[in-house]
Amino acid sequence: MKKRIYERFKALREAGELGIVAYITAGDPSRDATLKFVLTLAAAGADVIELGVPFSDPLADGPTIQRASERALKSGTTLAGVLDLVSRIRLSSQVPLVLFSYYNPILQMGLEKFASTAEAAGADGVLATDLTPEESADYRRILGAHHLSTIFLGAPTSTNERLAKIAACSSGFLYLISRTGVTGAKDALPDDLPALLRRARAVTQLPLAVGFGISLPGHVSVLGGLADAAVVGSALVSEIEKATKSGASASAIDAAASALSEKVRVLKQAARHGLSRRAEGPGSFFGKVAP
Amino acid sequence: MGTLLQSTTTAPGRFGPYGGRYVPETLMVPLFELERAYELAKADVSFQGQFHYLLKNFAGRPTPLQFAWRLTEKLGGPRIYLKREDLLHTGAHKINNAIGQGLLAVKMGKPRIIAETGAGQHGVASATVAAHLGLECVVYMGTEDMARQALNVARMRMLGAQVVGVDSGSRTLKDAINEAMRDWVTNVRSTHYLLGSVLGAHPYPLMVRDFQAVIGREAREQILAAEKRLPTHLFACVGGGSNSIGLFYEFLRDASVKMIGIEAGGRGGQLGEHAARLAAHQGFTGARPGVLQGTYTYVLQNEDGQIATTHSISAGLDYPAIGPEHAWLADQRRVEYFAVSDQAALDAARLLSRTEGIIPALESAHAIAGLVERLPKLSKNDFVILNLSGRGDKDMDTYSRLL
Repeated sequence: MKKRIYERFKALREAGELGIVAYITAGDPSRDATLKFVLTLAAAGADVIELGVPFSDPLADGPTIQRASERALKSGTTLAGVLDLVSRIRLSSQVPLVLFSYYNPILQMGLEKFASTAEAAGADGVLATDLTPEESADYRRILGAHHLSTIFLGAPTSTNERLAKIAACSSGFLYLISRTGVTGAKDALPDDLPALLRRARAVTQLPLAVGFGISLPGHVSVLGGLADAAVVGSALVSEIEKATKSGASASAIDAAASALSEKVRVLKQAARHGLSRRAEGPGSFFGKVAP
Repeated sequence: MGTLLQSTTTAPGRFGPYGGRYVPETLMVPLFELERAYELAKADVSFQGQFHYLLKNFAGRPTPLQFAWRLTEKLGGPRIYLKREDLLHTGAHKINNAIGQGLLAVKMGKPRIIAETGAGQHGVASATVAAHLGLECVVYMGTEDMARQALNVARMRMLGAQVVGVDSGSRTLKDAINEAMRDWVTNVRSTHYLLGSVLGAHPYPLMVRDFQAVIGREAREQILAAEKRLPTHLFACVGGGSNSIGLFYEFLRDASVKMIGIEAGGRGGQLGEHAARLAAHQGFTGARPGVLQGTYTYVLQNEDGQIATTHSISAGLDYPAIGPEHAWLADQRRVEYFAVSDQAALDAARLLSRTEGIIPALESAHAIAGLVERLPKLSKNDFVILNLSGRGDKDMDTYSRLL
């Protein structure tokens, strides 16, 4: 149901507010814990949740998410298990849910089976880290037929022509990578980020989410005038890691949930009180019929 | 290339359904740039001149095609020729590709190269070329491999390269590639990734093959001069598959030439115990087409699409995927693939050492073991070329424990 993503970004834009997209790795440290974390994040104000599907070879991820993937795999998490988790989340929350995966687990499940199961479970969109528009014709056709948004990455190295192509293949929102590199918290945002956002804005009316390296309220405030949402991942995952360092007891999971809640609350506050709302691009994406 | 056995087909970067470009977006434009630079270099007389000058005067090409008369006599079957890539500077065929890509890095204005290495031969070749061309060099290597190929670690450091140990996953080649890709995606503007095999995203499988195809071009000329006819069989070991495709490529259109790629059978057929991607017919389990590290090919994996750990006594063959062109050649049955065990490779290394006075690399020893295993199906009228892709100095620790 891509409509949930659309409606959320529409509401954000009407409120002149930057959205917070919260990433956590599903199954870290267990799927029950992830269920609790997702509901907590949503209650704390996360606008979209990205559920990471753990993969044995996460070559686009930094050490924090690499370790989370290892923990999740150790707890027996599979793509099928993550889809089952999505349906459990849907019993009590309508927060927009995006699956964030490497391509191989999806391919091995089979595109059709994956898309129909994800749709039935209540997922809204999918982002495959190592899949680009060139290799994705079947993927886009099949996921589209099951009303799933296909979200692609735009990078600082992408030319304007490529950004246009990526945007044309994307639905829901466009995910812009803030810097060349892997996932992971960093102190400062790169200087060329505003230029990347301007280049993307010039070629698409899709909402723009910025990720990789975003962890601090200050980052979020800066993005307030420029993007539609900030993606926070490793900073949340490391809260989970810290709280469950000496075991995933019920109290450790509670502590992790409180830490996540606090983190998102602070970021959300920064988002609300950030710079004035972003300028509209050419035309308005939200004037049109919902996708 | 003739049409029937044409290897490169369909879309650019595809070998039948295999290959492609499955990478994070950040790397796409750099891959296009690399592809363009490589296409220009192919037609650039001065680039080709430099490449061939260095192959000849720095690496030591052409390598001999040696008739192995005592091995031939001992095995009592076909006449055996060895393509002596082990005699190259740095001790393996890897230098061919490293020279090509090193020159390309210079041409693209990249002052820094990174490389992954399993057995250490590609790492040494990269460090060597980097030193020769004045480039900064960082080599990623699994810590398990650093322990078993300590000599090569020391060589790389002597050459001024930084060797970074990789402690994730199985601490072998696959994990070194992950880490190299993380470096590349971070430093892509200044850095060329000098990938060492016919793996990864387009244009790597094609470009590395082209740089290695000199092996087969020489071997074809040499065998025609020596025997006045084409060989009946080619043998080579297959990890990612660069030495084998390097030998095979020039013969693909010769339908009479049978080609055999030997994989690492490790300790047995169970997933995790071997690195055989194309030997399901022998009971080696777990290989299915999938996407790993940029390319669509046969990959050892579990039911959920998680990549399997592998085992081989040979660090250079210890990898869960195979070059996409090999996947296509296997599907077409143009090349036959089978696996031999760790033990068979060790026995073969001893055999070659004592019959020919050549200590082979453990990787190349797999090719010899494959030939020994295939012997019952070969006749005295056959004659084979076996690619002796590397020498065994780096493996002396392993060998000496078995003496």
